[in-house]
Amino acid sequence: MIDKRVESVAEAVADIPNGATVMIGGFGEAGSPIELIHALIDQGAKDLTVVNNNTGSGEVGLAALIKAERVARMICSFPRTANSTVFPELYRAGKTELELVPQGTLAERIRAGGAGIPAFYTPTSFGTPLQASKEVRSFGGREYVMEHGLVADFALIKCERADRYGNLVYNKTARNFSPVMATAATTTIVQTKKIVEPGDLEPEAVVTPSIFVHRIVTVPAPLIESELVAAGATYP
Amino acid sequence: MTTTQALGWTREQMAQRAAVDIPNGAYVNLGIGIPELVAKYVPEGREVIYHTENGLLGMGPTPGPGEGDPELINAGKRQVTSIRGAAFFHHADSFVMIRGGHIDLCVLGAMQVAQNGDLANWSTGAPDAIPAVGGAMDLVAGVKTIHVITQHTTKTGEPKLVASCTYPLTGPGVVDRIYTDLAVINVGPEGFHVMELAPGVTFDFVKERTEGNLVPAASFVSETE
Repeated sequence: MIDKRVESVAEAVADIPNGATVMIGGFGEAGSPIELIHALIDQGAKDLTVVNNNTGSGEVGLAALIKAERVARMICSFPRTANSTVFPELYRAGKTELELVPQGTLAERIRAGGAGIPAFYTPTSFGTPLQASKEVRSFGGREYVMEHGLVADFALIKCERADRYGNLVYNKTARNFSPVMATAATTTIVQTKKIVEPGDLEPEAVVTPSIFVHRIVTVPAPLIESELVAAGATYP
Repeated sequence: MTTTQALGWTREQMAQRAAVDIPNGAYVNLGIGIPELVAKYVPEGREVIYHTENGLLGMGPTPGPGEGDPELINAGKRQVTSIRGAAFFHHADSFVMIRGGHIDLCVLGAMQVAQNGDLANWSTGAPDAIPAVGGAMDLVAGVKTIHVITQHTTKTGEPKLVASCTYPLTGPGVVDRIYTDLAVINVGPEGFHVMELAPGVTFDFVKERTEGNLVPAASFVSETE
């Protein structure tokens, strides 16, 4: 019998080693797997490379992981938002590196990584500082920048409903990066609000097919990041 | 007009003027800031589908008090609604829409626009700034038509329409049209082509506040001189 469920968030993240590359789903708070991130803080892995669109908010979730100085390098598109103070401080202090990637290039690099594509060409960032020293090639009279596929050791993602095989559906715009990250990680760890029986998810409506998922943990009532930030909460 | 009123269009009026040019049936992405205001001014009788790059086609207005969902947000991370007939999708699909040339029109803010259509809107390039780009470079590279809404000058009176951008570029030669508080301007072969002036504003007034080459468009008719 295939059953990818694990008992706890602690068990789910127990083997993430120092120096791992970890993709974390979410766009702002929508889709952020906050309980898995907190379990990773408790677990203690450091020198991580983290891939996320942003750098968290307040001092909970991803921001708390960064605050605990576990993140050696961030790969993201938008590290500066209204309640994001932790990353800018550590970045200015030289304690964490930043690889800034245009949002669509980030998504496509992850998609390519998951699809076994080592590199691709895109017009995005041509003629800008983010093109930097990247290879440029002309196709049909237009200039394109070569970008590399991106893979990870682990992905931490959040979904709305899952079955024991690992078929997933998401909630509204909480889907964002998670389906592509699930394809690009060696081990994809999912926190779901609800576990359902195989067959209860309409096959036509499954968003992430089970082959991309390795561990599932149920978190029925996940914390809401914006409420924690408004209350001035910190983790741990 | 009384002397206490500032000359030119307000933020709301700039959004209203930009909304007039949104065609019926268009798929549109609106940037953060003044561009967000455009949606409420699209003339009645036109149906427009709004794309937000975090993964929603068919974005609706802000939810009523207590009706929002923290997992239903726009690219500015504010809570929104979805219309009947909306679709959710992941980021790679969302940027296929953008980068594959499927979105008809994007309305963005700007720090500087150059007379050749170069856009700078993501970074001042200051050494202590935390660089953040989001989807801006993807939008200008992939969307069919790029409109910019911006004040004509900075708060200190420096021109934002320039001969050549001094800030780092978002994309080269990408801007088609600019709506400022003073005028509607197309980017064309001779630089900034003035299509229309705000009430009470003269061509010379605009020219004094513009750094690049500014010319009247062929279609331009002065109303005030």
